[in-house]
Amino acid sequence: MMEAILFYILASVAVIAALLVITRANPISSALMLVVCFLASAGIFAMLGATFLAVLQVLLYAGAIMVLFVFVIMLIQTDPKDLKKRQMTFGKLLGAAAAVYLAIVLGIAVWRPPFIAAPQAGEAFLTPSTIGHQLLTTYVLPFEILSVLLLIAIIGAVVLAKKKI
Amino acid sequence: MLDTLYQYISIQTLAWLIVALPLIGAALNALIAVGTAKREMGSYRSLVSFIGVVMPMLAFAAAAAIFVTMTSFESTDPSFITGPLFQWAVTKGLVIDIGLKMDQLSIVMALMVTGVGSLIHLYSVGYMGHDEGYARYFAELNLFLFFMLTLVLADNLVLMFVGWEGVGLCSYLLIGFWFEDIAKARAGTKAFIVNRIGDAFFLAGMFLIYAVMASANAPVNAGYFNFEMMSRYNAYFVPMAGIISLLLFGGAVGKSAQIPLYVWLPDAMAGPTPVSALIHAATMVTAGVYMVVRLNFIFALSPFALSVVASVGAATALYAATMGLTQTDIKKILAYSTISQLGYMFMAAGVGAFSAAIGHLITHAFFKALLFLCAGSVIHAMAGEQDIRKMGGLRYRMPVTCWTFVIAALAIAGIAPAAGFFSKDAILWQAFERGQYVLWTVGFIAAGMTAFYIFRAVGMVFFGESNVPPERYKKVHESPTSMAMPLIILAFLSLLGGLITVPHVLGGTDRLGTWLSKLIAYETSHAPGEESKATEIVVMVITLLWSIHFMVLGWVIYAQKREWPNAVAQKFGFVYTLVANKYYVDEIYDFLIVRPLNWISTKILWQTIDDTFVDGLAVHGTARTVGVWANIVSMAETGVLQQYLLYFLIGAVVVVGYLAL
Amino acid sequence: MMITVHHYLLLSIALFVIGAIGVVTRRNALIIFMSIELMLNAVNIAFLAFARWNLLIEGKMIVLFVLAVAAAEAAVGLGIVISIYRNRQTVYVDEMRLLKG
Repeated sequence: MMEAILFYILASVAVIAALLVITRANPISSALMLVVCFLASAGIFAMLGATFLAVLQVLLYAGAIMVLFVFVIMLIQTDPKDLKKRQMTFGKLLGAAAAVYLAIVLGIAVWRPPFIAAPQAGEAFLTPSTIGHQLLTTYVLPFEILSVLLLIAIIGAVVLAKKKI
Repeated sequence: MLDTLYQYISIQTLAWLIVALPLIGAALNALIAVGTAKREMGSYRSLVSFIGVVMPMLAFAAAAAIFVTMTSFESTDPSFITGPLFQWAVTKGLVIDIGLKMDQLSIVMALMVTGVGSLIHLYSVGYMGHDEGYARYFAELNLFLFFMLTLVLADNLVLMFVGWEGVGLCSYLLIGFWFEDIAKARAGTKAFIVNRIGDAFFLAGMFLIYAVMASANAPVNAGYFNFEMMSRYNAYFVPMAGIISLLLFGGAVGKSAQIPLYVWLPDAMAGPTPVSALIHAATMVTAGVYMVVRLNFIFALSPFALSVVASVGAATALYAATMGLTQTDIKKILAYSTISQLGYMFMAAGVGAFSAAIGHLITHAFFKALLFLCAGSVIHAMAGEQDIRKMGGLRYRMPVTCWTFVIAALAIAGIAPAAGFFSKDAILWQAFERGQYVLWTVGFIAAGMTAFYIFRAVGMVFFGESNVPPERYKKVHESPTSMAMPLIILAFLSLLGGLITVPHVLGGTDRLGTWLSKLIAYETSHAPGEESKATEIVVMVITLLWSIHFMVLGWVIYAQKREWPNAVAQKFGFVYTLVANKYYVDEIYDFLIVRPLNWISTKILWQTIDDTFVDGLAVHGTARTVGVWANIVSMAETGVLQQYLLYFLIGAVVVVGYLAL
Repeated sequence: MMITVHHYLLLSIALFVIGAIGVVTRRNALIIFMSIELMLNAVNIAFLAFARWNLLIEGKMIVLFVLAVAAAEAAVGLGIVISIYRNRQTVYVDEMRLLKG
């Protein structure tokens, strides 16, 4: 019961925030709404027993990435007058319609039995130590490659930012 | 002697040599023609002469050897077939072999073609000696002999048609030999096109023959068009015999210049005179008669078709004879004479006297070739003058030519004992005996006209007052030996050639008829009863007197009293103009056929269909359509990545929608 | 009211589609980027839902990696957006037509 109420609250916050992200004219407003959406998602993550990931979401996404976004939006000096100029074109309508259709189709596709509640989850599933253990045994290779990827991303960002290479 | 020959060459090879030798001659001369195209010919001229004359003579020798062998065969049927050289067309429904058939009819024709051909080739050495296109001339002339021999010796209808078309081609090449003169080139084109109209009928006939043979379940491997096969399955032709015969005869009408497709032959006189002698007197135009005789078993099945053949032949004989009366060009007189004599041959074939037709064909070859060669001699001596009104009294300057011409004239007029008497008489007698009195009358009248116009020519050219300007007259000389020798040989043949067809009633044995009788469905020479013997002699004498009467009339009028014809012409002014202008047939054809065709070709086929539809719509239209579509499609490439993402989305939606539902 | 996996999946679908609409609709490159992050987030929810209902740890691992990669991608992508802004003085994608043709 509680679970349901919690779910519906978090879900509606997430969806409404997402809608606001894509409809706000001011990029800063969009960014802030995205933060709200991420926080709600973090709550959803926690409800799904992925507490570690929920915390990571708040730290990384809402904390680091969105801050980066806000910095960049501040750097891009958009003229307030441009914000008023928005028009609905046929392409946009078409895209929206296609996406809605996609939603309907996918929704119909996933709605099939069995309709069961979440099974009992053991300690192994819920604690972060399992994640850590797996990271260093089964998934050690992707882990290492991920670190290389992050290195590349840092170098890339530095290169992009320089005036002269 | 023949035995030693056959130790080295088999008789089959000898048969192929008849056909191959002129082809080799043509190829060699063509090479020389191409090689000396822009240069002086020099000593190559004698090489060309040698090749050009020797090849036909060797072919004649081969034909003579085979002929002698065939006459000495012990068995009753001395014909043989050289096995297929190769198989030309092999399909599921049709097999066509290339083979030669040496039987009584084809060997006689081959002898005539190579014999007269050799003489004319020899004559050409002198006549065309100074011409620039000497090598080309001999190449084309040898090629013509090759095709004619293929036509005559073929063992199936398709190979015969190859020869048929080939002689048409060579005729075109040789008529338009001096093609720089556009009128002469047009004459060649006219001959070819009118011939093709006949060929279309011939082809239709061949298609029907195929249909009949296929439905008769004849074995495919032996070839549907093989003459042997066709005569074996003759019974199956009965329902279609009339149509097939008429269609094939349509081809003969074109090739042998009968009404209504004769208009090319007078124009064909634009070619060199030896060409006229060979092609348009002795050989090509007789191909139609040969074809009818060869396929006599089909024609015999349809009395209607035979009567059509005879009627057309008789009508043409009379019609052309009337036109010969008023012509002033010596070659045109001979051209109309040829058309007329061909009409006689078809008349003979039409009443069923096939061997009489062949007899007349052979004797006609002799005397008509002689007539043309003498005319050539005169033209050569008169430096190109062909109008008989400007000649006269030439017998003092050119005795050989004159008297050989007179001998040939006697032959064509049918005056005993020259060859034409026996052959023409045989035709008229056969028509009379079989009850075709109308045809006999027409032939009789035409015979009189023939005698009259040919001796008109004799009188105006060789006798009487000379209309030649005096300086010209002094330069007129007899032809050189190379030209005179063939004249003399042909004169002998014209005199003695009739001996092969001397009928029974006069004590002869009608050798030709007996020789050919195995092949002919109809009985042609049967021993007559007592009563018809007398009738035959009476008819013969009447015809002879009739011809002699007109001969003398023509000779005398045109030699001495030349003002009489002019008076007659003025009195019958309208009729005279009509006949002298060839009944305006050329003009009628031009108006009814040529001009509409030209109009259709230009206005409709060229400008409308080709320019607008094919060029505009299909070719340019395709290009423009592609361009338009390219412009439309390139509107999708805006360069705006977001739109591309939109397309991604739509694509994903479509795929997911299809898969999920 | 029992919460089944389908609820989480519908939530995921909704967020994903909203992100998709954002990508094709907005002109501002940064908003587009944010919509992409939205889509990634929706996918994370879906993975975790399946992991929870099937009791598989793999779902969580994937989400971890997605999170890390998304971070790297955001860094580099924003660097690119800055470069473009420096060169063209605009961040509106419909004004960048160099690929036209």
